Amino acid sequence: MSEFPEHDPKDHCLDESLKEPTDSLIVHATARGIAPFILLIGLYVFFHGHYSPGGGFQGGVLLAVGFLLLRLSLGVRLSQIVMPHRLTLRASAIGALLFVAVGLSAVIMGGNFLDYHLLPIPGLAPEYLRYFGILLVEVGVTVTVTFTLVAIYDELLGC
Amino acid sequence: MDWMIEFTLFLILLTAALLTLGVRDLLVAVVTLNVFSFITAAIMVSLGAVDVAFTEAVVGAGAVGLLSIVAIRRTSRRSQD
Repeated sequence: MSEFPEHDPKDHCLDESLKEPTDSLIVHATARGIAPFILLIGLYVFFHGHYSPGGGFQGGVLLAVGFLLLRLSLGVRLSQIVMPHRLTLRASAIGALLFVAVGLSAVIMGGNFLDYHLLPIPGLAPEYLRYFGILLVEVGVTVTVTFTLVAIYDELLGC
Repeated sequence: MDWMIEFTLFLILLTAALLTLGVRDLLVAVVTLNVFSFITAAIMVSLGAVDVAFTEAVVGAGAVGLLSIVAIRRTSRRSQD
C-alpha cells in the first residue's frame, strides 16, 4: 500500500507527467494527425452498423480511443477543450437513459422491452419505427461507451 | 493454401502469447499483448467472423493497450515476481 501515492480528492492529479503535453515531437504530431481520422472512422462504423459489421459498441470504442489518444499526447489539461472532464460521466448517464427510455416506452405502449414497432412516434410505418428505434438505441450505446471509457481513463489517472 | 496462412498466424499468436508471459518489462508485455489481439482478429477474419474480429481489434489492440499503459505509469514498469 505504501508504494502508491496518497490520493487527495481536492487537488488530485496523481501523475503530473501525464498532465502536460509530451516532449516528443513525433508522438505529438502523429497523435494530432491521426486522431481526427480515428474519430471519423468511429462515426462511419456507428452509422453503418445497421447493415455491415460494426455498430454502437465498436463505434463508441473507436471514438473513445480517438479522444484518449489526444489525452495521452496533449496531456489532460490541454485536451479539456476537446473533451471536458465534467462532461464524461453525465453524458454516459444520458446515453444509458436514452437506451432505457426507448425500451421502456415500448413497454408502456403495451409491448415487450425494446419492441420497436410500438414506439409512440405518430405518423410512421412500423418498418420506419423499427429503423429509428434501432438508431436511437445505437446512439445511446455509442454515447455511453465513448464517455464511459474516457471517464475510466480520467479516474485511473486521478485527474 | 488457406491452412498455410492460418498456420503462420497461429505460430505468431503462440509466440506473442509466450513473449507476453515471459518478458520482464511490462511496457513490452503490453505491446506483445496488442500483437496477440491483432493476430486473433486476423484469425477471426480468416474464419469469416468479421464482426468479432472488428471488436477484437478495436478493444484488444486499442482500448486495453491504452488503459494498461496508464496503469503502468501509475504503478511500476518492472515485473516484481
